[in-house]
Amino acid sequence: MTKLNVASSPHHHNMRDTGQVMRLVMYACIPGIALQCWFFGIGVLIQVALGIVTAVVTEALIVELRKKNTERVVKDSSAALAGLLLGISIPPLAPWWIVVIGSFFAIAIVKQAYGGLGFNMFNPAMAAYVMLLISFPVQMTAWLPPEGLAQQSFSNIDAIYAIFAGFTVEGYSIAQLRVGYDGITMATPLDHVKTSLVEGYTVGEALQSNIFSGAWGVGWSYISLAYLAGGLVLLKLKVINWHIPVSMLGGAMIVAIFFNLVDGSQFGSGLFHLLNGSLIVGAFFIATDPVSAATTNRGRLIFGAAIGMWVIIIRTWGNYPDAVAFSVLLLNMAVPLIDYYTRPRTYGHRVKNASSSTKDVH
Amino acid sequence: MFADYDQIMERLSTQALWDFPGGVHPQEHKSLSNQGEIQRLSLPEVLYIPIKQHIGVHGELIVRVGEQVRKGQPLTISDNAFAVPVHASSSGEVIAIEEHVAAHPSGMKEMTIVIQVDGLDTPYEFEPMSDYTKRSQEEIVGAICKAGISGMGGAGFPSHLKSDNVKPIEFLIINGIECEPYITSDDRLMREHAWQIRQGIDILFHILQPKQVLIAVEDNKPEALATMSIACQQQDNYHVISVPTKYPAGGEKQLIQVLTSREVPASGLPVDVGCLMYNVGTCYAIADAVMEGKPLIERVVTITGKAVNKAQNVWARIGSPVKHLLTHAEYQSEQQDYPRVIMGGPMMGFTLSSVQIPVVKITNCLLLPAKRELPLVEDERACIRCSACADACPVSLLPQQMFWHSKAKEYDKAQEYNLFDCIECGACAYVCPSEIPLVHYYRKAKADIRQQALEKEKAEKARIRFEARNARLLADKEAREEKHRLAAQARQKAMKSDGGAAKDKISAALERAKAKKAAMAQKAQQQTVPAEDISQPESAAQDKAIQDTVNNTTNNDAKKLSNEDAQAPELDDKKAKVAAAIARAKAKKAELAAAKQAPAKEPAEKAHDKAPVSKKGPASKRKAAKTTKRKKPVSKAKGKKTTDD
Repeated sequence: MTKLNVASSPHHHNMRDTGQVMRLVMYACIPGIALQCWFFGIGVLIQVALGIVTAVVTEALIVELRKKNTERVVKDSSAALAGLLLGISIPPLAPWWIVVIGSFFAIAIVKQAYGGLGFNMFNPAMAAYVMLLISFPVQMTAWLPPEGLAQQSFSNIDAIYAIFAGFTVEGYSIAQLRVGYDGITMATPLDHVKTSLVEGYTVGEALQSNIFSGAWGVGWSYISLAYLAGGLVLLKLKVINWHIPVSMLGGAMIVAIFFNLVDGSQFGSGLFHLLNGSLIVGAFFIATDPVSAATTNRGRLIFGAAIGMWVIIIRTWGNYPDAVAFSVLLLNMAVPLIDYYTRPRTYGHRVKNASSSTKDVH
Repeated sequence: MFADYDQIMERLSTQALWDFPGGVHPQEHKSLSNQGEIQRLSLPEVLYIPIKQHIGVHGELIVRVGEQVRKGQPLTISDNAFAVPVHASSSGEVIAIEEHVAAHPSGMKEMTIVIQVDGLDTPYEFEPMSDYTKRSQEEIVGAICKAGISGMGGAGFPSHLKSDNVKPIEFLIINGIECEPYITSDDRLMREHAWQIRQGIDILFHILQPKQVLIAVEDNKPEALATMSIACQQQDNYHVISVPTKYPAGGEKQLIQVLTSREVPASGLPVDVGCLMYNVGTCYAIADAVMEGKPLIERVVTITGKAVNKAQNVWARIGSPVKHLLTHAEYQSEQQDYPRVIMGGPMMGFTLSSVQIPVVKITNCLLLPAKRELPLVEDERACIRCSACADACPVSLLPQQMFWHSKAKEYDKAQEYNLFDCIECGACAYVCPSEIPLVHYYRKAKADIRQQALEKEKAEKARIRFEARNARLLADKEAREEKHRLAAQARQKAMKSDGGAAKDKISAALERAKAKKAAMAQKAQQQTVPAEDISQPESAAQDKAIQDTVNNTTNNDAKKLSNEDAQAPELDDKKAKVAAAIARAKAKKAELAAAKQAPAKEPAEKAHDKAPVSKKGPASKRKAAKTTKRKKPVSKAKGKKTTDD
């Protein structure tokens, strides 16, 4: 043993690598996806599978072109997670090319064009979602009525046909599948309330629809709670910090409750906003993307709270019924600024934030 | 901002301590080595004693090669406050004083005293100071210094410097935390030698007069807590405190924060917040030094890891090669994929480049991990900005930002993020899911920044030197020109006054001096005509010819003839008469030229001669050197002429 192996300290590692972190997030999505399947058919599974495959293949190809260790990059599972998150965000029977285009865009443009994992400024799944929503509004808003409320029921085979051919085996189009048993095209709970308000109804009247049971959107709310369960597991496993989910939900609740108290007939309650739409999945799975989120703990509180507030503001006054993707992208842009002004006080230093210590340095 | 004395005492009485941010909980693996008593290690055949084993400078060497030394005999003496002497760890002969690979991450070499051990272990006479309570702080600090004690917790700060404190101390903190996984040397020392540690604390108490003594032990060492409590139970102001296990609770700054909530100012010392900290091993050594006069020649070293059969603690002589310890603990090389020896713990220790590296005063552990025990991390992946590192950082830095800037070599920005406050504990790299060796990047950045600062300083000095030189040259030039101008004026005056009654006494004096000089110059000129010619841009052949002819016809009369005649050599060959004529003409011309040149040459010569006298300091010295250089060709030419003669 003349030649000894020399390495830099520490020699100890806790052995949870990036791939494990990403995969844990994916596993935590399982309860939510299961409920999505229960209420809307297996379409979501197909979308998720398409999203993951496209994302991983795109990532592999680009990393190969960039002459990096492809196997290592793919193993970090970050592309797969982005594909999965996009897959659960789009309507379950959207045509196959929607999720393929979206996943490709998320990986090739939003992630790799910026330098790959760790360098992307925007959340890839959400940037792709927004791109799809703006480019293909019809397909991206073709949500189905939840199980039990639809006029036409469809089988798993129908779902596959619908996604890849546009029609079920019996020849029903997606537009026909969206018709509820009362003969009216079903909207999502948020969409329904928004339309009702525009038509002059109150929130209370809008909630009388059979798509609601109280403030709970049928199907949708249970899915949200399933994602909440998965998110709590992530918190427990310390895969994510509490700061972003708590501040995001808190920020949304503060704004929602405030306006609800001002005028309960025009503004939905806190519970309504919490349970419907993608607020919970956004708080635990989307906004917590480490790469594009704020990195300091105080910064994360600001980042999360601002996203939550934006969600309610856009839901209430914007054109879109839901706004998690838009809010996340807006705050992604603010991250460098937030990080800069929320640096923690280092041990033994008096100055509270970076701006004053910067002055000292120069 | 921080808790005051009373608040701290209240908290301590309820065992409700503070906490430091971040920290990690790696697996401890302490039971590998802390089960048995500290073993006596046989003497090695050869001891390698580096003359510097601490932070600071080394002492002055006082032994020679071939000298017999005894156990405990000083090998260097402290000639400086930052110097700590080293001692012979056993008796024997000094066989070499040479560079030997040192206990340093870089594997660099350091001056080392090599002792061939004779096995007799003959002791040196020690001077005990058992009546220390009657001695002054100065005397005791002197004894601590003489015993060669530097902090044994890891940093190796000279203990006498710390002990020479005159500021008021509220809390004397004794660090028995030992937060690094695997290491159990302090644990065993406290279990087996609590009483002697207590004696060391008594000595420190005597010289430092703190209000309270806090003996902090991590709660994963219940036996050590018990023994220390028993040893200290008689003293009312000694408090043995159980500290929750969390890495790096044993860091000086972190422990102060846990016990007192106070933070050592960024550019300050613990004493600035009324605290002073010693490691338990240092206390033990201080007791030895004062009560027995025994210097620091051995220490407890943990040999552990699954690649040794007998993980244990040993009393190892300072200077014992690591190989000696590994043999004792039955190191199994086949247990490792690749040979790897870590000196220190898994978090902050460093890998050794050779097993000939000696145990030094800060060596608390030798760690030999087996296959898969502490696997080398794979290549780093991209940072995903997850901030797990920031959550783990005990000093609230933003490691991922520092990494970003360190990697991009944006060192000014890295420093804005307080890079130099990093204590290199390794908690960030430990938790990093991308397996980025963060600490390595910080070390490199720090080294680069220090290097840059050094180079900047050098460049600044060079710039100042350069500017000073330019200014000096300019001043010289101006002075020279001024002299030329004055001389010219004087000459003009002299010509006007025609050597008669000069109005100006100075000009008269100048005139006289000039005349005298001219006369001298003329004489000299007659001898050095060829030399003067050499300095002119004419062909060497012509010069040589002229010289020859001059030599041949020194005493002949001269006729007027063109000096520029290039045919001179041929003529010389053909007809001696013509040559003689030319020579004569030339000699005459030279005379005339000399007479003419003398006054013009004078001022310049004067300036040269006077320069060294008129100016003092290095500038004039250099000038003098230059003058002699310039004169050289002349003397050479002279020499040539003589040989030609």
